[in-house]
Amino acid sequence: MSATTSVPDGTDTPTADPIVRIIDLHKSFGPVEVLKGVDLEVHRGQVVVILGRSGSGKSTMLRCVNHLERPSRGTVVVDGEVIGYRIKGDKLHELSPSAVAKQRTRTGMVFQAYNLFPHMTVLENLIEAPRRVKGVNKAEAVKDALQALEEVGMAHKADVYPSTLSGGQQQRVAIARALVMKPSVMLFDEPTSALDPELVGEVLNVMKRLATSGMTMIVVTHEIGFARGVADEVVFMSEGRLVEKGPPSQVIDAPVHESTRLFIDSIL
Amino acid sequence: MKTATVTDSTRVDPSATPPTELVPMRYPGRRLAALLVLLVAASLGFSVVTNDNFEWPVVWEYLFNPEIMAGLRTTLVLTGVSMSLGIALGIVLAACRMSENRVLSSLSGAYLWFFRGTPLLVQLIFWFNLSALYPRLSLSLFGGPEIVGAATNGVLNLWAVAIIGLTLNESAYMAEIVRGGLLSVPKHQSEAAIALGMNRWLTFRRVVLPQALRVIVPPTGNQVIGMLKHSSLVSIIALADLLYSAQLIYSQNFRTIPLLVVISLWYLVCTTVLSYAQSHIERHYGRGVHGGAQRPGGLAKLRALGSRLSQRSRSNDNPTPA
Ligand SMILES: Nc1ncnc2c1ncn2[C@@H]1O[C@H](COP(=O)(O)OP(=O)(O)O)[C@@H](O)[C@H]1O
Ligand SMILES: [Mg+2]
Repeated sequence: MSATTSVPDGTDTPTADPIVRIIDLHKSFGPVEVLKGVDLEVHRGQVVVILGRSGSGKSTMLRCVNHLERPSRGTVVVDGEVIGYRIKGDKLHELSPSAVAKQRTRTGMVFQAYNLFPHMTVLENLIEAPRRVKGVNKAEAVKDALQALEEVGMAHKADVYPSTLSGGQQQRVAIARALVMKPSVMLFDEPTSALDPELVGEVLNVMKRLATSGMTMIVVTHEIGFARGVADEVVFMSEGRLVEKGPPSQVIDAPVHESTRLFIDSIL
Repeated sequence: MKTATVTDSTRVDPSATPPTELVPMRYPGRRLAALLVLLVAASLGFSVVTNDNFEWPVVWEYLFNPEIMAGLRTTLVLTGVSMSLGIALGIVLAACRMSENRVLSSLSGAYLWFFRGTPLLVQLIFWFNLSALYPRLSLSLFGGPEIVGAATNGVLNLWAVAIIGLTLNESAYMAEIVRGGLLSVPKHQSEAAIALGMNRWLTFRRVVLPQALRVIVPPTGNQVIGMLKHSSLVSIIALADLLYSAQLIYSQNFRTIPLLVVISLWYLVCTTVLSYAQSHIERHYGRGVHGGAQRPGGLAKLRALGSRLSQRSRSNDNPTPA
């Protein structure tokens, strides 16, 4: 469980300080408004699962959190820092690309298509960012990397190229690659959607262990079982808005909103 | 168990075991064709070696002639310098072409259109005459006072014309090769790097470029080999490259064929070495793609060779019982 949980019984009840605050987030692509005002708080150690139909804006919201997309309006705060902007007086001034790059080390992201670097071995994939972004020396980066690989059960594949691994193995390496940057929050964008069914379990197990170890996670997934078993909070998103939010027992098993009920029925 | 007794049929009795020894298909036509081609090649080779017009003693005499050697050096330097500058300028042009800045991308497009659309020979003669038109090369803005300048005559000028001509032409082709390579790297790759906190330069240098090079290197190797040969066009402006050096000699002694054989041999030596180097570089940038599981270091290769050899000798020592 999270070391910072302030409640004595050790459940994932949020502490006072949220790690991620999304405030009135809007995003348009040209004339199309994809996010229409999203508000969400994620507290330390919490696992938030985001459900929603394809095209409802889940990826866009996640990508705004690490500024892969620049919001059209609204603010994202991670670990007490406004992402992408500096507050000057009553205005937000855009940060330089390199300053934003530095902020991104607070968030780790795992993509649907793994996106490992094919020209680097597994180990090289893992030490690249720590060394070149954080300036960690090589010996230490290798030590951290091997430990992270151990945690996802991939230490025996440290010296191979990603193309020789199964999808599930590649995704576990991708998770380890994000973890070695020691992020405050991990973002998962449909991490098991590209996998053959028999490989989904190994990735979900790694994610479950990560959640148990107290990592703060925002997970976009269609794996209802994972949401039920691991999520502290489930959010249902529809047409660029969060329409329902609550514990899994409520949102999944007794949804209030009609569109949530229809969606849950369609994937169960 | 009963073996199949019916010969020359694809059918086999359900109760019978088909034989297991395999006899590969033979293609007598192929052998005949190969034999014919070999015969033709041999007779051609024979005629080349025995035909007195090739004057092999003369070839041998001029193979290491100092002027030919100087010409070879000129050709190599010209190729090296023009190719390096061409690649550098090509990268800049590709970056401009892919830029979101409309002015940059259309200027770059116009450049490519011009330099790929006119013959290199014409461009070389053009630059040569331009240097006659402008007795001084100088940099000034809108006809104002000269900022930097140099006289455009002398031997240096010939070199400058040749290098400018070859470089500008080459950069147009390299720009397209580089652009194709950069576009071949999926956007997901740079996104993954950016999400890890890498800045744009790191992302380009460590993630995008190495993957683009896999696509860029093979055609660039062809370009280098092409440049080595195209550089002979500078003989038109009387720069003493390999071809022009030979021309100077045979215009006096009229041993045209043997001197052309001499320089052809040198061109072949150079292109052979370049092809060999190219295949090595390609293997380096293809790592992680062609199924090589382990990093193919020199030691690993040696070890693999060793284990193959020892396996072979082991299987020779104890032939498995049939
Ligand atoms: N870069 C983009 N340019 C234009 N439209 C986009 C872009 N990215 C996403 N969209 C659109 O935004 C909507 C939401 O996309 P997305 O956030 O990927 O949804 P989800 O992840 O929930 O499936 C979709 O209609 C999609 O077509
Ligand atoms: Mg999506």
